[in-house]
Amino acid sequence: MVQLTLPKNSRLVEGKTWPKPQAKNVTPFKVYRWNPDDGINPRVDTFYVDRDDCGPMVLDGLIWIKSKVDSTLTFRRSCREGICGSCAMNIDGTNTLACTKGMDACASGGTVKIYPLPHMPVIKDLVPDLTQFYAQHASVEPWLKTDTRAPGTEWKQSRDDREKLDGLYECILCACCSTSCPSYWWNGDRYLGPAALLQAYRWLIDSRDEATGHRLDELEDPFKLYRCHTIMNCAKACPKGLNPAKAIAEIKAMMVARQF
Amino acid sequence: MRTPLGQVRGLGAAKAGTEHFWLQRMTAVANLPLTIFFVGVVAALAGSSHAGATAMLGAPWIAIPMLLLTVSVVVHMRIGMQVIIEDYVHDELLKLLALMANTFFAVVVGLSCAFALLKISFGV
Repeated sequence: MVQLTLPKNSRLVEGKTWPKPQAKNVTPFKVYRWNPDDGINPRVDTFYVDRDDCGPMVLDGLIWIKSKVDSTLTFRRSCREGICGSCAMNIDGTNTLACTKGMDACASGGTVKIYPLPHMPVIKDLVPDLTQFYAQHASVEPWLKTDTRAPGTEWKQSRDDREKLDGLYECILCACCSTSCPSYWWNGDRYLGPAALLQAYRWLIDSRDEATGHRLDELEDPFKLYRCHTIMNCAKACPKGLNPAKAIAEIKAMMVARQF
Repeated sequence: MRTPLGQVRGLGAAKAGTEHFWLQRMTAVANLPLTIFFVGVVAALAGSSHAGATAMLGAPWIAIPMLLLTVSVVVHMRIGMQVIIEDYVHDELLKLLALMANTFFAVVVGLSCAFALLKISFGV
């Protein structure tokens, strides 16, 4: 059956409270910590971030902690402007990007609570193992597939057909949606998840692609596709404002359309 | 030692699921008027005698929609429960047994209802 409680070695314990800086404007951060090397259960450390010494976003706070308080704090980050998808984590109860979430936008009484993306194996602190997530993306073969000989210039596409890719191509594969989906939590080994399915639809609806039927064949499965029960957490979590649930519904509509 | 892509591809697509998805929607649409009809029948039966109730349920214009309701609801119940079992029961043997028990239960409930309605209708 589904395991609803955490295994013993994953249960959270109270962590270290780091010294408070002598500053006027301080925001507490509660951050999930886990180190694979020390054999200790995961814990929640409390940090105090000097707001006058860093930028306004949660990522600014984490970088400030790493450079000023505890250099062992581990997290992914790169572009700091919401386009690389590296700093996806669970902040204030929602999966989002640390770089686009303002510290002031965290509702829980001024405290910024940060955990890794839910229900993924943790590598260290805020870094989840996304190996399976990337493999799921690869499994939908996210590239243009054609049998017609490639034209000398580009594959032509009408303006209307190009517009069908809007709301799909913007996905940055941050994994916020898939890791917010209960169906993905319970059946992530067989259900492809909203991110991979949104990408699948991005190629299904591309007017230049010639493998639509084959793509649908590969998705027609009670688990790969139909584990989506339209819970809509994916659309709520997406930091880019995309709607994976709608893309999945469109795939289901294509599946029905080719039956009749 | 399987590669992540090999794991994700697993046993491949079952090439099924759409019929199940469509049947769930179709029975849901059918259930809507049929359930309203059923509630109306139950309300009309309130306070009636056994003879009055069997006479009413035996009338073709009541019995036929009641049979349709039975089929639609039981099919909807069975495939809905199947989805829940597939979601939450991860032990392969237990899952297959639960799916089997689910089908048995639906067939028994459906046939019993149909038998009762037909017995009342034909009075034998």
